[in-house]
Amino acid sequence: MYDVIVIGAGVIGCSIARELSRYQIKIAVLEKCSDICEGTSKANSGIVHAGYDAKAGSIKSKLNVEGNRMMESLSKDLDIPFHRNGSLVLSFREEEREILEDLLQNGLKNKVPDIRIIKKEEVQHLEPNISEDVVAALYAPTGGIICPFTLNIALAENACTNGVEFFLETEVVNIEKQQRNRSSNYQIQTSNGRFDSRIVINAAGVYADNIHNMVSENKIKIIARKGEYCLFDKNLGSYIKHTLFQTPGKFGKGILVTPTVHGNLMIGPTATDVENKELTTTTQSAMEEIIAKAERSVKHIPKRQIITSFSGLRAHTEGNDFIIGEVVDAPGFIDVAGIESPGLSCTPAIGKFVAELVTDIDIIPLVKKIDFISTRKGIPHIIELPKEERDKLIKETPAYGNVVCRCETITEGEIIDAIQRPIGAKTLDGIKRRTRSGSGRCQAGFCTPKIMEILARELQINLEDISKSSGESNLIIGKNKEIGWMNK
Amino acid sequence: METKELICIGCPLGCMMNVAIEKGQVIKISGNSCQKGEQYAKKEVINPTRIITSTVIVKNGELPMVSVKTSEDIPKDKIKDCMKELKGIIVEAPICIGDIIVRNVLGTNVNVIATKNVRGQN
Amino acid sequence: MESFDIIIIGGGPAGLAAAVAAKEEGCNSILIIERDKELGGILNQCIHNGFGLHTFREELTGPEYAERYIERVKELNIEYKLNTMVIDINSKKQVTAMNKTEGHFTIQAKAIVLAMGCRERARGALGIPGYRPAGIYSAGTAQRLVNIEGLMPGKEVVILGSGDIGLIMARRMTLEGATVKLVAELMPYSGGLKRNIVQCLDDYQIPLRLSQGTEEYFSCDTLLLSVGLIPENELSQGLGINIEKITSGPIVNDQLETSEEGIFACGNVLHVHDLVDFVSEEASLAGRNAARYVIVSAEMRESLAKINLIELISGKGVRYTVPKYINPIKMDEVVTVRFRVDKVYREGSIRVTFDNNEVWKRRKKIMAPGEMEEVKIKRQDVMSESKLQNITIEIIE
Repeated sequence: MYDVIVIGAGVIGCSIARELSRYQIKIAVLEKCSDICEGTSKANSGIVHAGYDAKAGSIKSKLNVEGNRMMESLSKDLDIPFHRNGSLVLSFREEEREILEDLLQNGLKNKVPDIRIIKKEEVQHLEPNISEDVVAALYAPTGGIICPFTLNIALAENACTNGVEFFLETEVVNIEKQQRNRSSNYQIQTSNGRFDSRIVINAAGVYADNIHNMVSENKIKIIARKGEYCLFDKNLGSYIKHTLFQTPGKFGKGILVTPTVHGNLMIGPTATDVENKELTTTTQSAMEEIIAKAERSVKHIPKRQIITSFSGLRAHTEGNDFIIGEVVDAPGFIDVAGIESPGLSCTPAIGKFVAELVTDIDIIPLVKKIDFISTRKGIPHIIELPKEERDKLIKETPAYGNVVCRCETITEGEIIDAIQRPIGAKTLDGIKRRTRSGSGRCQAGFCTPKIMEILARELQINLEDISKSSGESNLIIGKNKEIGWMNK
Repeated sequence: METKELICIGCPLGCMMNVAIEKGQVIKISGNSCQKGEQYAKKEVINPTRIITSTVIVKNGELPMVSVKTSEDIPKDKIKDCMKELKGIIVEAPICIGDIIVRNVLGTNVNVIATKNVRGQN
Repeated sequence: MESFDIIIIGGGPAGLAAAVAAKEEGCNSILIIERDKELGGILNQCIHNGFGLHTFREELTGPEYAERYIERVKELNIEYKLNTMVIDINSKKQVTAMNKTEGHFTIQAKAIVLAMGCRERARGALGIPGYRPAGIYSAGTAQRLVNIEGLMPGKEVVILGSGDIGLIMARRMTLEGATVKLVAELMPYSGGLKRNIVQCLDDYQIPLRLSQGTEEYFSCDTLLLSVGLIPENELSQGLGINIEKITSGPIVNDQLETSEEGIFACGNVLHVHDLVDFVSEEASLAGRNAARYVIVSAEMRESLAKINLIELISGKGVRYTVPKYINPIKMDEVVTVRFRVDKVYREGSIRVTFDNNEVWKRRKKIMAPGEMEEVKIKRQDVMSESKLQNITIEIIE
């Protein structure tokens, strides 16, 4: 019997699990994929919003500003890259100034620090490559960029270090409520056996409605809202410095142009509601749309420098706000659903908020651990280390001197580290999200065979069993002369 | 009389050639720019041959596979049989370029030979 | 700091030939830095035959061709480091690299030869929409898996792009047991050599579909992309070397010297070649010139640098030329200018014009973008024209 079971090992589920791991309780996280960070958490803007956008008074608005504030110390504790690059909401016509003014007022109500409207000249000074059409902008210095993968992974690793059990490839198929007065418990049937828990936290992303509807008569619906992005070569990382939004208006919500925390340039996302909750495809029309819209913000989008495109699904709700709270007809069952933008920004605040909720509903006693470990050390990025530290590491572990991924300069040592840590990588994509190996300009052309070799060696598995990501995505099907017509 | 069109492969030029054949004999070749083209055309229409390259498994080598080739052309219609002959062959390192991997493959009087040096482990 | 007269970045066909030529020219302090575990570069995975007709007058496989140069490098006692990645080159000609045994280190060179080769254009750069499943490989990655590791990515294959690597892989996958359903080409002509279309596709009845503007559905478990190669010039860019937009390689003079004095480039890092024989020839020139650069006195270099260079102009039908400049004083007896045409020309002519005077013209049965062309510029012709400023190369239809 677990005290708390969290369904979903995305960034929200892992943040909640980590927060609750401060207490002397038994926690498990159930995840249907073979790795953490496989859903919405792996395909989003990687933006830490300042918090002027969410309507004052909404749950979103409160958690966003708080999440933004908490992110700085959290990123230090977890040793992940986070950069307050500041954001600009650009307006392109005089009529749009009013919208900027509304955003400013909303931001002030939300207590967003230091926001102000700046004139064209100051915008140009901040961003020399900005479009000539810009007339003014809302400037929010606290806006930031973060690595969404390592935020998720670091939270999970730290939770794991503090005793949280992770069950991967464990898909929830049914939940039964066993009510005994206030003290209920839940029997969770999964593809990987039965789990019992006093409290269940539903952080299942775009599938949070399925999970909720298993226990409640008050049905909810999560709409998968697809967003497509283009990512550019690192040599464009300094093309702009701030995250550039567009004033929502005649042209729709607009799209953003931003540097990523790793120094790429990124544009997107579109917003299309889709029926299929696995439809992470990109489309020609969306690519054209985001490039055209991005060119409203910056002078010239160098299309030749695109290295990849991708899409993610946001968990949208009709109410347009997060659904966080105990389900009325299911005591001890807490929804954390509809976490769309600015969900990533809210991550630390949601973790804290849900932990308080668990305290409030008072089903299990929460006693703080004395030995909680609040920090986690990331995988060292050898090339960015100071010389002495780098030399010392290579001397101790020579694999740190062997460069495997040329484009991002990632060494064999870093890859082995990614495999050996708590909840280590088992797939090519798992390695990529933890180390950035394969995320550069050649898009894993050179490093794929080498990483396969390292994975097979470290995990002691056959090369045939290595996959790209979750599910059946094996990289090879067999050995030379042992397939197809050769077997006839 | 029968005519066949074919592209010369003797060099990167890739001349388009016309070959006239009568009673199994080449009687006229046009379109080639050199002697090599003529020879190729004659052979290609009457008795096409190819050099086959592949790999075989190496045991105890610093590499898992060694590349191989037929030391000379073999008839084109024997390509797939030749590949099947190579299936399951395992050679022991060290291997040197020119080492015979399969002697007289398919009775063609042609050997399959190694095209790479593979040293033993360590 | 350890130092060498010449440091060669890359131990593939270009780096090897450059090293051999530099040594033969009299330079005794040479270091090759190779990132992979063996010398030979991409030739190690090109196990098919067809290499060496020009260089050795016989047909060799890639590994055999490489071995000829590797043997020569060993005979000449040229130093090399394997499994070593160059991280940075600065304008003082200091090369910073990293490996398992020496860690992170910097070495000084008097001259540098860039021979880093190229990488394959990936799916993202083409903007192919859809999911991101397993089984989509660049043709070269698949080639490495099949030929070096002995592993098959799939058994039902579609290949996008009819460049040589794609064609070669169509045959390789077929021979090892797979079924290649189609080779699809975006352009109205194939980018590969004739010989490869015949021997890799026609021999196995693999259909080649050229640009038609139609849509058709093919099921497959493997999609190989052979959609172009890009010279790997990130190190060169860090050095501030001028890059030619069309080739994505450094702009060089007839010595194959880049815009940075004493830094030379050759092989696929300079411009993408079709035949390794020409890479070797070009790299020998770069190696020789690097050796001469090291040997020649600084004053001599300075005086030579002051000469007005002749610019090679890419005229109608010519996409680019390598080299881009000729130094009339320094130039060899004959300078080979390599270029590519912009489309297929049947019965066209190549014309060379010195300023406004036509000096040379030759008819060719066929010219195609997939096959590199060359013209020879003779020193005596250049010298006989006083104040020559431009040499134009163009295609007359």
